[in-house]
This record gives sequence, structure tokens and C-alpha cells, in this order.
Amino acid sequence: MNCSEAEVLIHALLDNELDAGHARDVEAHLAGCAECAKKLAAFRTMRQAMSEAQLKETAPLYLRERIEAALPAPALAPPAVAPRSSPLRLNRRFFAGGFAAGALVSGAVAAALVIGVFRSDDNQLIASEVVSAHLRSLQPGHLTDVETSDQHNVKPWFNGKLDVAPPVVDLTAGGFTLIGGRLDDINGETVGVVVYRRRQHVINLFVARHEGAEHAGPLKETRHGFDVRHWSEGGLDFWAVSDINAGELDEFCQKIIATLQAPARPT
Amino acid sequence: MLERTQPVASTASWTAEHRTMSADADAEKARRFREAALPHLDDVYTLARYLMRDKADADDAAQECYLRALRHFDSYRGPAFKPWLLAILRNVCKAEFTRRAAQPVPAPAEDDQADAPLWQEPQTSPETELIQHRDGETIRRLIAALPPAFREVIVLRDINNLSYRDVAEVTDVPIGTVMSRLARARAMLRAAWNVEEGAAP
Repeated sequence: MNCSEAEVLIHALLDNELDAGHARDVEAHLAGCAECAKKLAAFRTMRQAMSEAQLKETAPLYLRERIEAALPAPALAPPAVAPRSSPLRLNRRFFAGGFAAGALVSGAVAAALVIGVFRSDDNQLIASEVVSAHLRSLQPGHLTDVETSDQHNVKPWFNGKLDVAPPVVDLTAGGFTLIGGRLDDINGETVGVVVYRRRQHVINLFVARHEGAEHAGPLKETRHGFDVRHWSEGGLDFWAVSDINAGELDEFCQKIIATLQAPARPT
Repeated sequence: MLERTQPVASTASWTAEHRTMSADADAEKARRFREAALPHLDDVYTLARYLMRDKADADDAAQECYLRALRHFDSYRGPAFKPWLLAILRNVCKAEFTRRAAQPVPAPAEDDQADAPLWQEPQTSPETELIQHRDGETIRRLIAALPPAFREVIVLRDINNLSYRDVAEVTDVPIGTVMSRLARARAMLRAAWNVEEGAAP
């Protein structure tokens, strides 16, 4: 064995990854080569220092909770399917993806079907991503890009940032406070989000362009404890998500729909 | 805005039917996944910290890893769950870097770049731990400065304590490559550390 071979194998020796035969070979080389023996000793010291330095990280509690909340509950039935397809594809600023649609996939054909299921069941994916984006929006500093209770500030802020103009409705009188807007990314498309608050609860209203047949009545769905409502109207696709109770979210959607259907008036 | 994908009508009803039938199976699957995956969160997070080198990015990567793992849980055939999960995390991080590289970002001012620490943490340890803490910080910083291919083998082997075979599985290279990269990585780390020690007062 020469030194360049030993240079690699001393690490395997150190890590107890060598079989007896190779270990003997390396040890024989070390016995006759002070240089390699010195290296082994130095790496042993370094490893010792590394293990004392406790370099392993502990996942923060909030992350553990976030992940546990994002996983489907083991005891609960999965959410109902929203039956229609929609062009709205909503990713947040960071990773694509979102909540699992794995529950749709039968075990035997899972690997082959994952992509197919996503493509043929966009609403499922979008509902997942909307909830995922909602969860992330609750992290500090993620909720709004423009923060104001004045609809006349929020609406122009979207100008030039999107290919649609999300309607910004003031529902303060109805008990829903407008707190601002932001851009979000759902499934690779930038969408507008109008953010409301009721008591301490945030409601995210995702708005994107809609093509194809519209469905006015909000489709209802519950995902990971969050209620999701989805409808399309006037060439726009709407997804509302919140942790307020289902009745209040319905009320919110009805108020938005009613305001948008009301005859146009100067704002 | 984007092309429309219209599902075949029968797909939805099949899915709905399938869903009812498999509700119990899904709950069972969720339970199995939690049991298999959640105990490895510290390992996943550790690798995420070292690969992303940023706390918030590591959080996001770890979360995405778990969601992606659940999606592919049905296709998991074993044997070892931990390397499978870490391989997913590694892919998530790589995909994120690829995405960032493809996206034009405003270049930060040169000074910011040069001074940005690769590893930053509040230094609030009691005095007795100070030396050990300082060593820990130094080593973290030096590991974080290694090129990714070498950084990941050091983290997987020396911090997450994986066997060579598992490291090979996570990084998707033959064991021989793991061995040579590990040797190279440790030599680089040792050299950097020696410089550091020599520079210390």
C-alpha cells in the first residue's frame, strides 16, 4: 500500500468501516510510515474536537410544530375533493410544492402517478398550496408587502405587478378589517393576495386570472384545520383561507361576492 | 396566464370513490409516516442548516422535505428510512439553489457579500462553556465554508453519524467516491482549522 491509498483508507479505519483484511493492510502501512501515522493521529484529534463541539443542530420547536401541523392528522379522514379544475396555480417565495397530495395515490402505483395526479387534479394541489401559503404568511414578516387599511392604497399597489387587478373591497363595516396586500406564488404563478383580519384571525384572499367556465358558489373544503373557499367570477379565481370558523368564512365570502356583484360605483 | 388542464370527468369520481374507500388507509399511512419520519427531524434540520447556511431557509427546506417525503411515502421501499429522508432534503436544497441560480437577483453590494458570515449565532454561553463554544463556532464556520460536495459528506458522516453506505445513498454516489470525498473534506477542514489556530492570538 502506498501513501496516497493510505491517505483515503485511514479515514475508513478511523470510522471502523474497513473489513479485517484491509484494516490489517492499513495498520501495516502505518507501522512503517510516520507521515501517515501522524495524519491519522491529527484526524483522530479533529474528530474528537468535533464531537465535543456538539455540531448537531436541534430543530426549533416552532419548526417541529409547523411540520406536524402540515402533516395530515393520523386519525382524521382526508378533506373532500374540490371537483373542478382551475387555471389558478398558486408557490410561495421559497419552495414550490406544499401540502401532500399523496393521499390520492394508491400504494401500488404511487411513484408513477404522482405527477399525473397533480396535473389532473389541480384544485387539490392549489388548495394545498393556498393553505401552505396561508401558513407561511403567518410567520413574522410574511403577511403583507403593503400594509394599510385603506383600499385606495392597496389596489394601486398591485398595478403593474400582476396581469390582473385584484379587487380590494373594504369590509370594515362587515367586521372584516383590511390589513394589506402581498404577492404570493402558487404553483409557479404570481398571484395577488388581499389580507383581512377578523379579531385575531387572518384571512388570506388569493386572486388570480381565471379562464374557462366559472362557478359562482364557493366550493368548501377543509385542509389541515383550515377552511378553504373557492369560486370564480368575472374572469377571476378566488381562494379564501383562514382559521376562523367556517360560518364566518362563508360570511366573508358572501360579503366579497355581494360587493363585487353590486353595480359599479365610483370608488 | 397558463395552460388549462381539464380533468377527465371519470377521474374526479374515481378519485372521490377511492378517497372514501381509502380514508382508513390514509389515516394509517399518516400515522406510519409520522412514526417513521418525525424522529429524524434533528438530522434533517442539521443537514438543512449546513446546506442552506441560513436559519429561515433551513426551516423551509426541512418543511418542504417532510411534505415531499409524505407525497412519496407510498413508493418508499426501504430499507433505511433516514438516508431516504435525507436524500429528499438534499434534493430540496439542490432544487432551491438551481431555482435561485436561474432567477436573476439584484446583486448585493460587494461589501455585504464579503462581510456576511457563513454561520451566525448569538454568543451567549456561560463562561465555562466559552472555549468549547468558541471552538464549536469556529468549526461550524469552517465546515460551512467547504464546497457543497465536501460539506455534505462531513455533515452526514461526522455530525449525523451515518455509515459510508448511507452517505453514499444520500449523496447518490458510489462508496468509493464517499471515501475519497471524505478524505478530501477532512483534509480541507484540518488545513483551514490549522490556519485559524495559527491566526488566533
